[in-house]
Amino acid sequence: MKVGVPRTLFYYAYSPFICSFFEELGVEVVVSELTSKKIIDEGVEDAVSDACVPIKLFHGHVKNLLNKVDFVLVPRLVSVNDESTFCPKFLGLPDMLESSLPDFDNMLEVRVDTKGKRSELFKTCLKTAGTLGIGFFKTLRAFNKALKNYEEYKRKFREGTIPYLGVESRDKNSDVIIGVVGYPYILYDSYLSLDIIKKLISMGCHVVTPEMLAEEEKRREDLKLRKLLFWTFSNGVLRASYNFIRENKVDGIIHVTAFGCGPDFIVDKLLELECKEKNVPFLTVTLDEHTGQEGVNTRLEAFVDMMRIKKARKEAAVS
Amino acid sequence: MRKVSFPFVGTANIPFENLMRAFGNDVILPSRPTKETLSLGTKYAPEFACLPFKIVLGTYIEVLEKGANTLVSTGGVGPCRAGLYTALQEKILKSLGYEFEMITLEPPSRYLKDLIQNIKKLINVKLSFKDYIRIAKFIWKELQLLDKAEKLSHKVRPLEVKKGEASLAYKKAVDLVREAKDLKELLEVEREIENLFDKIDKKDIDPIKIGIVGEIYVLLEPSANLEIEEMLGDLGVYAERSMFLAGYTFYNAIMDLFRRPGEMDVKKEAMPYFKEMCGGHGRESVGNAIIFAKRGFDGVIQLSPFTCIPEIVAKSILPRVCEKYNIGFLPVTLDEQTGKEGLRTRIEAFVDLLSARKKKNFIKGDAKNGALFGY
Repeated sequence: MKVGVPRTLFYYAYSPFICSFFEELGVEVVVSELTSKKIIDEGVEDAVSDACVPIKLFHGHVKNLLNKVDFVLVPRLVSVNDESTFCPKFLGLPDMLESSLPDFDNMLEVRVDTKGKRSELFKTCLKTAGTLGIGFFKTLRAFNKALKNYEEYKRKFREGTIPYLGVESRDKNSDVIIGVVGYPYILYDSYLSLDIIKKLISMGCHVVTPEMLAEEEKRREDLKLRKLLFWTFSNGVLRASYNFIRENKVDGIIHVTAFGCGPDFIVDKLLELECKEKNVPFLTVTLDEHTGQEGVNTRLEAFVDMMRIKKARKEAAVS
Repeated sequence: MRKVSFPFVGTANIPFENLMRAFGNDVILPSRPTKETLSLGTKYAPEFACLPFKIVLGTYIEVLEKGANTLVSTGGVGPCRAGLYTALQEKILKSLGYEFEMITLEPPSRYLKDLIQNIKKLINVKLSFKDYIRIAKFIWKELQLLDKAEKLSHKVRPLEVKKGEASLAYKKAVDLVREAKDLKELLEVEREIENLFDKIDKKDIDPIKIGIVGEIYVLLEPSANLEIEEMLGDLGVYAERSMFLAGYTFYNAIMDLFRRPGEMDVKKEAMPYFKEMCGGHGRESVGNAIIFAKRGFDGVIQLSPFTCIPEIVAKSILPRVCEKYNIGFLPVTLDEQTGKEGLRTRIEAFVDLLSARKKKNFIKGDAKNGALFGY
């Protein structure tokens, strides 16, 4: 049996868990190809025109897998902790696909609503394994292995490696530290993000991303909002950025976002206001299927140069 | 003294103004959103904020300039963005240097204590229990009458012999409701409104019927949807909206208190296509479209602000639903750039398509399902 995993959205946040879970179950896991022009174009063809790029991309990745596997995994992410849910597009993703891709009849829909409880997560896994005809003990073993693998992956991130891009976030002679914040499925997809992270590292920057902070560390951050944001990823981005700013961990922040992203207009504005208040350089890079490499490069170079000048001045003033 | 103001949503400002005054507040009335309101909002709002956010932000700036010191708006529990709007708008307005208090009325099921505290802040006179009952009855009647007048105008407009009469009658009806002082007067007004619309000369035709679904603000506020209902009525179409003020208030303020999910039948209809509640009115849009189809409507128009997440999900599901139930579908996305004439052209084409289909059940190429895309 072959299960297809689209290489976007949830993949960049939970793939170590998902892939090793299925592999341990004895199911062959086929991950869709790396994002390419062809995949984006295929997605754009079928997805509703107002959707953001990641959603269009998801359609493309599903089409890429469609004829290669028995099932394509499409999780309906509802909640993974007790305080927030996901963007409505994540909640409606299987429904959207069902309508936009009429030929798509081998969807493995998994509703994930754990509210942060491990037992709920196990129940979800058990149910999924059940539909594939796999029993309790095998599932339990796979579940534990998958969790271990996931912890290992998180640890690697905290140590400063970016597993998806296969790079170290710090070069020996990096002089400025930049917080590159955004959703994992944008940051770590090198085609979609135009390799911003690698580009910055090669320019001699030390890059930190929200995933490099421990969950508990993020949770401690006070957002100074009367109400928490509703979305898990958005809270992660916002908390990480507040942490970077408050603890003076970075010289500047780059917010990478997708055109038409619903939750991000709130995140972006809050970040902008916070950076203005704390006097931290801030840049927003908005990406869509038409963004050109050169335009982004120019902006990144200008931003990094500006930070270097600012830093040099500050140091001169101190000495 | 509190000088209270609030966003402008359709005719809702009339009952809300009366409510605030009955509670002993001074009211700074928001004016109907204009181009200037929208450009004010667009200037200070983030680029990807949806149209309602921009209009409401613009309205807030206008009323703050007029001297308001308390802004009242509704909240929400997500995952639709609108539940966070007051928090962000407060931050933006404060960063512009305005001083005021923002009072957010959250839905009662999850934030009952918070809601009661906030309402207490707004009550600045001593009222007996009897007074509360009197006020509640009066406001409820007002809401009902305003909805009734609007529904009548939609019914009569496509049939009127002389263009413009129904709009005139509607305007008059709203004025009558605004001027009524107590419940007794309102009851008289009710008869008068019926008379007003009865008097209009009507043609005896069976108009094309179009249902309008979508996001609540652009549905309820005519200046946000470029008066689409009037436009449709003038084309001789009977247009019915899926959401009205009284119904919405009932389901979201009162039923919510008893933790009863509102509009069960709508949700049930949408279930096979839309399995998860995803905030806003996405699921209601799908459910209502099905109900319109079952009631024999010819087409459905979906109104959504640009970047509205729940409506985007609905928009990807609606074409399939409308195809299955064999009714026409036109999605309309609104933002600060949408022009009225462009919209009119699209509406005219859509109506032509539906009437042609109605006449000879025409099945050919793209016109098969009466869905118009790519506009």
